[in-house]
Amino acid sequence: MELISILVTPVILLGAWITGSILERQHLNSLLLLESGSTDVLAITVEDLPEDWHPESSDLVMGNVVISQDYFKRVAAGIKGVFGGNIGVFEPLLERARREALLRMKAEARARGHNTVINVRLETSRMASAASKGKGTAGVEILAFGTAITVDRG
Amino acid sequence: MLISNTQEIPGKKIVEFYGVVSGSTVRAKHIGRDIMAGLKNVVGGELTGYTELLSEARGEAIRRMSYQAKETGANAIVNVRFATSSVAQGAAELFAYGTAVSVE
Repeated sequence: MELISILVTPVILLGAWITGSILERQHLNSLLLLESGSTDVLAITVEDLPEDWHPESSDLVMGNVVISQDYFKRVAAGIKGVFGGNIGVFEPLLERARREALLRMKAEARARGHNTVINVRLETSRMASAASKGKGTAGVEILAFGTAITVDRG
Repeated sequence: MLISNTQEIPGKKIVEFYGVVSGSTVRAKHIGRDIMAGLKNVVGGELTGYTELLSEARGEAIRRMSYQAKETGANAIVNVRFATSSVAQGAAELFAYGTAVSVE
């Protein structure tokens, strides 16, 4: 009985690590595929348009994603946090989320018949976990939004 | 209602300002989604339930903001911003605000 309780945590950690890594790789592959197919919509953070652009219509478009880190990497980040420095395991997570949010924003722009998104902004907010009295992280939300316009970019 | 996060509606001209309009909503996840998200949290990845929840809530905040703008007689909202805050455990406030204007 004691042996089981000692083994439970490492097993969960290992399982989380393996599954988390597989999911991460799958996500990165799907991002590459989707990004190669989304070059028709141009997203820029600039607000002022070149003078020869004459936009016909506009819409506010958004893309959001809530993403969370696997248990193994959260523990690893916790340990790394003691020594400080670069918490490398969190970087790919946020990068994936931002790319995904941008893709969703572009998809919404495309669905509404626009080909350009101007004044793109990215916002990050943390969702507090209900289970751990608001201290833990239930996930991080990345929101990408901008104004989609239809314009002849020439 | 034309909504944009730029200073003006692209391709249109602002003729009148009506002031700040805002809309907000506080949402909590239902327990089923919470448990599912908790499990998903172990292996990491996207928490689809939360993504949908926040996107619906943000849509609602925008609808309320548009309604308020319509009340004042505006036909567009420019410079829209979003704010998210966790007001309580498992609940999030989604807030949208912007400037109601008339464009032509």
